[in-house]
Amino acid sequence: MSANHDGANLLEVRGLTKIFGTLTACNHVDLNIAKGEIHALLGENGAGKSTLVKMLFGSLEPNSGEIFWDGKPVKITSPGVAKKLGIGMVFQHFSLFEALTAAENIALSLNDGSPIGTIAAKARALSYSYGLPLDPESLVGDLSVGERQRIEIIRCLLQTPQLIILDEPTSVLTPQEADKLFETLERLRAEGKSILYISHRLEEVKRICDRATVLRHGKVVGHCNPRQETAASLARMMVGNEVKAVVRAPAEGIETAPALLEIRGLTRKPATPFAIPLKNISLAVRAGEVIGIAGVAGNGQGEFFESVSGEVLQQDAGSVRIRGKDAGALSITGRRLMGAAFVPEERLGHGAAPRMKLSENLLLSRHATDGKAFVSGGMVKNASVYSAAQRIITAMDVRKSAPDPEAAALSGGNLQKFIVGRELDRRPSVMVVNQPTWGVDAGAAAHIRQALIELARSGSAVLVISQDLDELFELSDAIAVMHNGELSQPLPIAEATFEKIGLLMGGAEPGHAEHRMEVA
Amino acid sequence: MDITINILLTIATAATPLLIAAIGELVVERSGVLNLGVEGMMIMGAVGGFGAGYLTGSPWIGLLAAIVVGALFSLLFAVMTLSLATNQVATGLSLTLLGLGLSGMIGTSFVGQPGVRLPNLDIPVLTDIPVVGKLIFGQDPVFYISIALTAAVMWFLFKTRTGLTLRSIGDSHTSAHALGIKVIRYRYLAVIFGGACAGLAGGHLSLVYTPQWVENMSAGRGWIALALVVFASWRPWRVLAGAYIFGAVWIGQLHAQAFGIPVPSQFLSSLPYLATVVVLVLISRNKRLTMMNTPASLGQPFVPDR
Repeated sequence: MSANHDGANLLEVRGLTKIFGTLTACNHVDLNIAKGEIHALLGENGAGKSTLVKMLFGSLEPNSGEIFWDGKPVKITSPGVAKKLGIGMVFQHFSLFEALTAAENIALSLNDGSPIGTIAAKARALSYSYGLPLDPESLVGDLSVGERQRIEIIRCLLQTPQLIILDEPTSVLTPQEADKLFETLERLRAEGKSILYISHRLEEVKRICDRATVLRHGKVVGHCNPRQETAASLARMMVGNEVKAVVRAPAEGIETAPALLEIRGLTRKPATPFAIPLKNISLAVRAGEVIGIAGVAGNGQGEFFESVSGEVLQQDAGSVRIRGKDAGALSITGRRLMGAAFVPEERLGHGAAPRMKLSENLLLSRHATDGKAFVSGGMVKNASVYSAAQRIITAMDVRKSAPDPEAAALSGGNLQKFIVGRELDRRPSVMVVNQPTWGVDAGAAAHIRQALIELARSGSAVLVISQDLDELFELSDAIAVMHNGELSQPLPIAEATFEKIGLLMGGAEPGHAEHRMEVA
Repeated sequence: MDITINILLTIATAATPLLIAAIGELVVERSGVLNLGVEGMMIMGAVGGFGAGYLTGSPWIGLLAAIVVGALFSLLFAVMTLSLATNQVATGLSLTLLGLGLSGMIGTSFVGQPGVRLPNLDIPVLTDIPVVGKLIFGQDPVFYISIALTAAVMWFLFKTRTGLTLRSIGDSHTSAHALGIKVIRYRYLAVIFGGACAGLAGGHLSLVYTPQWVENMSAGRGWIALALVVFASWRPWRVLAGAYIFGAVWIGQLHAQAFGIPVPSQFLSSLPYLATVVVLVLISRNKRLTMMNTPASLGQPFVPDR
């Protein structure tokens, strides 16, 4: 227990249960939040954190259980009721309207009928007083993810809540933006407000939270003071057993190895008003190495992946070269036939067709490259496709409910393992992966990362685009940063620090960043 | 001079039903719902309006009946797509087919009967002002309603909190729901408003334009109204511009055909469509503005999880 609260509970939850069909997302969950504390809610993806929070905010109705607010029993039947009680929420997947301005977005959640101009002025004043500067007139679609989160926070604060719920707030921020957020949270705590902080980043939970409640498979498995725990012990509580650490064998002879994937002066105009233009990107990935691309979401990573994979073709065929040959004008299949493999960010709808079986999804991406194995005289060889799918399922430890289920029936992490495994199974000489472990639990993430490192060490070039800096530091031999459509020089992992990468993510010049380092 | 004024008056009469139906559909689509049943609601309004006017002898009761019939008919669409989350495209198409068939059946006894016509506005002195008098003070009442409606919808969508809320629902119903906005309720009201407008447009056809009942008398105007909304990139004043361009070229080509201009009549008949598309494409060149005004959740069914 921390010093910052007087022991009175602001919110008490007893036996809260939510059942979706056959899945019990929350199973008799108890939770107490004291006045003036930052309370962490920990758990892996699918542990029931979001479900619990949605019930507290009135977006979901519990099947059973009780909620007490300031000691009195309450029924939170809608977000409106939650707001009236004094519960504010900053959503993980932002609930903002892209086509409206910041002020209009804020006005929509305040039901006080005051004119937009007044709201804009209030929002501006509040945002500056918290050091989160905000231009109320700007269109949300034009803003970076960090700026969007500011709107969410300011919108929440304008409702003068007693309890603020933040769902994975730092997953989209640079380290420096996250620091700023922590200052704001500490200031709110000093003002006597309570905060429910949801995260799976253990270091930051240790840093700012007074107490933690850990969920696993919908049940509370423990309470603790995160400051007295280690990251490893917290992870053990979340996962239920030890998480295997990723081993990165030193890469040897990379300097002399041939570049298997080369990007030369890749430039692309934005296709939609909210898209990011790519500006003269150059990069070489050599046989045997893993290069990571860091960056805050929405800085051109998606556009970059589309151009490299061939979802969007280039005017200049030489801007993408695979194994020494121009590939910029080739389609995805053309590039696959040259030995490249691609794993897009979006699993359902991009990486896999949701309503098709795993074996059918395997055939869809590999009928051209493995034509002999899977197709004969225009007919599909079902038996060999099926057995190849089973081979991947075994190799990647994909957990499923049927022998060959539809892609949509798998959990996100398991589907991701299958999609990565499907490409690895080809032993590609170039592998490009966008967000390899987004929304994947710790155990599966370690498995995927290890497999990517091993592929590189066996002589392939691996390019990983990720928002998760921990992940990039775990698996990359060098890290480049994408900011506003430009790519920095890759920093060798031995020279890279969180601070340097963070400054680049925020748009500082590389030289400038070095300079500031030295001053510091 | 008189010919010019008469032509201008007929242009307004041709444009009015398009404008009213399109403004109604604009509100519906701004809320994120695509109702392809405009043609069906319009023809139901026409038969309802004619019938009520014919039976009571009052064109005003006829007009009111047209609005009510259009609104009730759209309620069917609302229940199907909003409460039962059916596919909006298929439901809208069947609403049009149902409306065309049902109106024909209801109207069998009205065919050939003399209808009642809404009188034009006639203000002593003002209407007699040369040239502009008739244009400004001597048109049918529905013309004035259509202009007032356009202004009111513009003000509602872009100046009021409720209008902002409606637009936000069209942009993202999931975000709106997360904020506690009653998505389904707003959409019900928007769809019913759209139905009332389509009904009124139909009433204009059978009580002003040609005061009689003819099967299929809406003649595709509902579809033109739908296209106007999209080509006008969901902006009220552009809908107004589109409706009047269409009306002007329509009347113009009729006169051209009457004069016997040596151009195939099929080509002349297609001119209004071509002209409207070209002009509206030109004014919506700004891709950014168009993207911002396009309701992002248009046509997607919304099922809140509880």
